[in-house]
Amino acid sequence: MPETILVVVEQREGKLNRVSWETLTAGQAIAAEMSWTLEAAVAGSAVENLANEVAGKKVAKVHAIQSPKLDPYTADAFTTGLKQFITSRQPRLVLMPHTYQVRDFVPKLATAMGRAAITDCVGYKKDGAKLLFIRQMFQGKLAADVSFTSDTPWFVTFQNGAFRGDKVETASSPAPVETVNVDIPDNTIRNKPQEVFKEARQAVDLTQAEVIVAVGRGIKEQKNLEIAKQLAEALGAELAASRPICDSGWLPMDRQIGSSGQTVAPKLYLALGISGAIQHIVGMKGSRAIIAVNKDSEAPIFEIADYAIVGNLFDIVPPLIEEVKKVKAGT
Amino acid sequence: MKILVCMKQVPQKDAPLKLNESGTWIREDVSYEVNEPDAYALEEALRQKEKHSGEVVVITAGPPRAQQVLREALAKGADRAIHLEDNAFVGLDAFNLARALAAAIKDEKFDLIFTGLQSDDYGYAQTGVVLAELLGWPHATIIMQIEKNDTGIKVKRELEAGYFQFVDIPLPAVLTIQSGINKLRYATLIGIKQAKNKPLRKVALADVQSAIGSNLQKIERLYIPQKSKNTEFLDGPPAEIAKKLVDKLRNEVRVL
Repeated sequence: MPETILVVVEQREGKLNRVSWETLTAGQAIAAEMSWTLEAAVAGSAVENLANEVAGKKVAKVHAIQSPKLDPYTADAFTTGLKQFITSRQPRLVLMPHTYQVRDFVPKLATAMGRAAITDCVGYKKDGAKLLFIRQMFQGKLAADVSFTSDTPWFVTFQNGAFRGDKVETASSPAPVETVNVDIPDNTIRNKPQEVFKEARQAVDLTQAEVIVAVGRGIKEQKNLEIAKQLAEALGAELAASRPICDSGWLPMDRQIGSSGQTVAPKLYLALGISGAIQHIVGMKGSRAIIAVNKDSEAPIFEIADYAIVGNLFDIVPPLIEEVKKVKAGT
Repeated sequence: MKILVCMKQVPQKDAPLKLNESGTWIREDVSYEVNEPDAYALEEALRQKEKHSGEVVVITAGPPRAQQVLREALAKGADRAIHLEDNAFVGLDAFNLARALAAAIKDEKFDLIFTGLQSDDYGYAQTGVVLAELLGWPHATIIMQIEKNDTGIKVKRELEAGYFQFVDIPLPAVLTIQSGINKLRYATLIGIKQAKNKPLRKVALADVQSAIGSNLQKIERLYIPQKSKNTEFLDGPPAEIAKKLVDKLRNEVRVL
């Protein structure tokens, strides 16, 4: 399949990860623009049902790549299995969501095939005959258009939220599903993964909060959290933080927003001293309104803010608390 | 245990970045610091050495300025350093940088290689995994805990949305380390003094040239991202900003 895009969707414990639909949307868009064929694949021990689910979308074919060795996930088994499949089919472009699992094996898979992966992309564009992939660099301060200079297949991963999963086109009749049994020799798998677990029940469910006041590195010291707490209290908001604050132990991990924490979409997200690294933004960009206070006018958080205040949060927050209190008191 | 820590020098977090004339990279006249996850990788290596004895070696690739990262690591307790010294290393893709690193350590025998989970500049999150594949070693990514056991190591991988997983891995192995796995130490005065006498091996581009090829991907253009939103900037004295903001909260965001 020389002019084919292959989207490898992600499944966990028999369910499709919903970012898979986003990647499929991306695949449909690129296929339409380049006049290439779109096919999909899902890998696991018994994934025909999932392949059938994907076959309901607008794709030419869905491959169920199967081996008992693909469950549980290991980078060794996925690399061996997918390399076999991709080598036999030779798609031009292989798309996957930029999940923690994909991050774990895609660089290995591409290297094993002597190819490159352009990871964590947020979009693509066509420049003449050239296909460019857009990715954020320098923590989101800059963007880059990146092209492949290697032979195909090309591997690309898309960031969570880069495309709309609900925009994936469905098919009038289901696509054919083909089962492909891959051979993964016994000695291939070196890692022994144990069960996936959740650390502790999350004490705070930030996803339910209507208003969130979140703090980042700009808060400087643990004792300064007090003014953020006061603002949160005045607004009736939950207090949250970016990862470095939780890493420092200033707030518990269950108040962390971002790819390794909670994903929220409150009515208001007030970001204090948060620069807006990609890993944080994926956890809050769905917020209805975003207010950002940051002293660095180039902070990427301003890219997605509705209201931006370039300044010192220690100057802005105290009068803000007073004003909010006044309004609440009805004066 | 003999541990190699791959470290990178990146622009400081709040350094204002300017594009170079060709619009393909940043101008290099900015302040630099160690890539944050790499600092955690070093700390973890030092802690493993304190528990199980052995050696911690740090490696970086970049122009002369990058030596600062190695000096700091030596001051914190690393035993020796390797510097692939050339500005050309900055422009290598993950595939070729990993090939250069592999070539530079071909006569060494490490039990573990640590990298940070990704760099703050490129952010590909690939170099460690590519290096593992080139060496033929197993790997695990986004690690939050490491314990040595009879067969190798047991690591705790961070997964999305608060999930974790323990994985047993034989040695030698490559691990990419997550920020927050430990608490960073500061260099002591004695450490800084001792660092001056610790060995630092320099590797020139020519020494590893035969191991690397042309990049498999290319940055065609680097630019300031287009805004996806119409951001309204509020300015003035703080008291005035506070008033404006509260007005927005009442009348537009409607949370007051």
